[in-house]
Amino acid sequence: MSKRVFVSTVFSILCMLGLSSIALAADAAVGAAGMGFFAAVVTAAGFGMGIAAFGTGIGQGMAVKGAVEGTARNPEASGKITVNMLIGLAMIESLGIYALVVALILIYAYPMATPIAKAIGLPVE
Amino acid sequence: MEHPFLFLNKLFELTGLGEFAHHYPHVIYSWLIILFLIVVVKLTVRGLKMIPVGGQNFFEVLVGGIEDFQISIMGEHGRPYFPLVATLMIYILAMNWIGLIPGMFAPTANINTPLACALVVFILTHVIGIKEHGFKYIKHFLGPVWWLAPLILIIELISHVSRVLSLTFRLFGNILGEELVVAILLVLAGFFLAPLPMMILGIFTSFVQAFIFSLLTMMYLAGSLEESH
Repeated sequence: MSKRVFVSTVFSILCMLGLSSIALAADAAVGAAGMGFFAAVVTAAGFGMGIAAFGTGIGQGMAVKGAVEGTARNPEASGKITVNMLIGLAMIESLGIYALVVALILIYAYPMATPIAKAIGLPVE
Repeated sequence: MEHPFLFLNKLFELTGLGEFAHHYPHVIYSWLIILFLIVVVKLTVRGLKMIPVGGQNFFEVLVGGIEDFQISIMGEHGRPYFPLVATLMIYILAMNWIGLIPGMFAPTANINTPLACALVVFILTHVIGIKEHGFKYIKHFLGPVWWLAPLILIIELISHVSRVLSLTFRLFGNILGEELVVAILLVLAGFFLAPLPMMILGIFTSFVQAFIFSLLTMMYLAGSLEESH
């Protein structure tokens, strides 16, 4: 199955779960909406962090490649090259960390869940 | 995500301030770090000798190393701002490293501490820029040519605000991530001492993050001290 078909399948399943929850009765509506929401949140967090790790890995690999090549050409400068490499690695790492923070905010501190649930009419307090 | 057992929290519960300690563990452990640093330095400074021995030797290496590094990045006119940069580095390093001790909480693992440090740096860059250049400091934000000034102004303002965010989230995300990984590994395989490799890596990344924070501080201060293009 191609990637497009797979992504659209997952998306339509999530939409179905999310929309079907509204059609249920009051208690079950909150429960099912919560479960649908949780499933979406966990999927987003997992995929987001995976994609961020992919990009960070490639970026840091290129940084280390440049540093090792520079050291191979000029072993005496390895101290300075290593310091610059570590600085560059920390910069690139921080981009992956931003994605981690977004994933953690989604999982643990979903800030807009209650206001939006109230806005679409779910019976939350 | 509750921190299960903290020494200072137990201490505070004995004196009746348990609620305060429960809600603000990062504040309490910051106090501990501040107390620790002041006591250690006071003990070192007590008998200064010309030929350094022991603790004085260590602190001379540390402070001299940071000063040389800062002068190499910022140039000579950056010397007045050395106490801030060195304090930030040593303070953040101590805060990061105390999280590795079981039963202690790293204050940088709560978002307020890195945000406070980043706001101090952000406000200081502008204060130093205005002090150094007066009202011509605005030329830093206007770019090289006058007809691009509105666009460059918006871009520069956004990039300055994003400096605060990036400094905060880099430090906070690294330290919180390391703590979370240690906690999860502990839950999964604690009996086999599974978190130990992550904690060893954590020593290194905590040092790198403190170093990067102070390096970026130096570079932002140097950027606001230099002449605009």
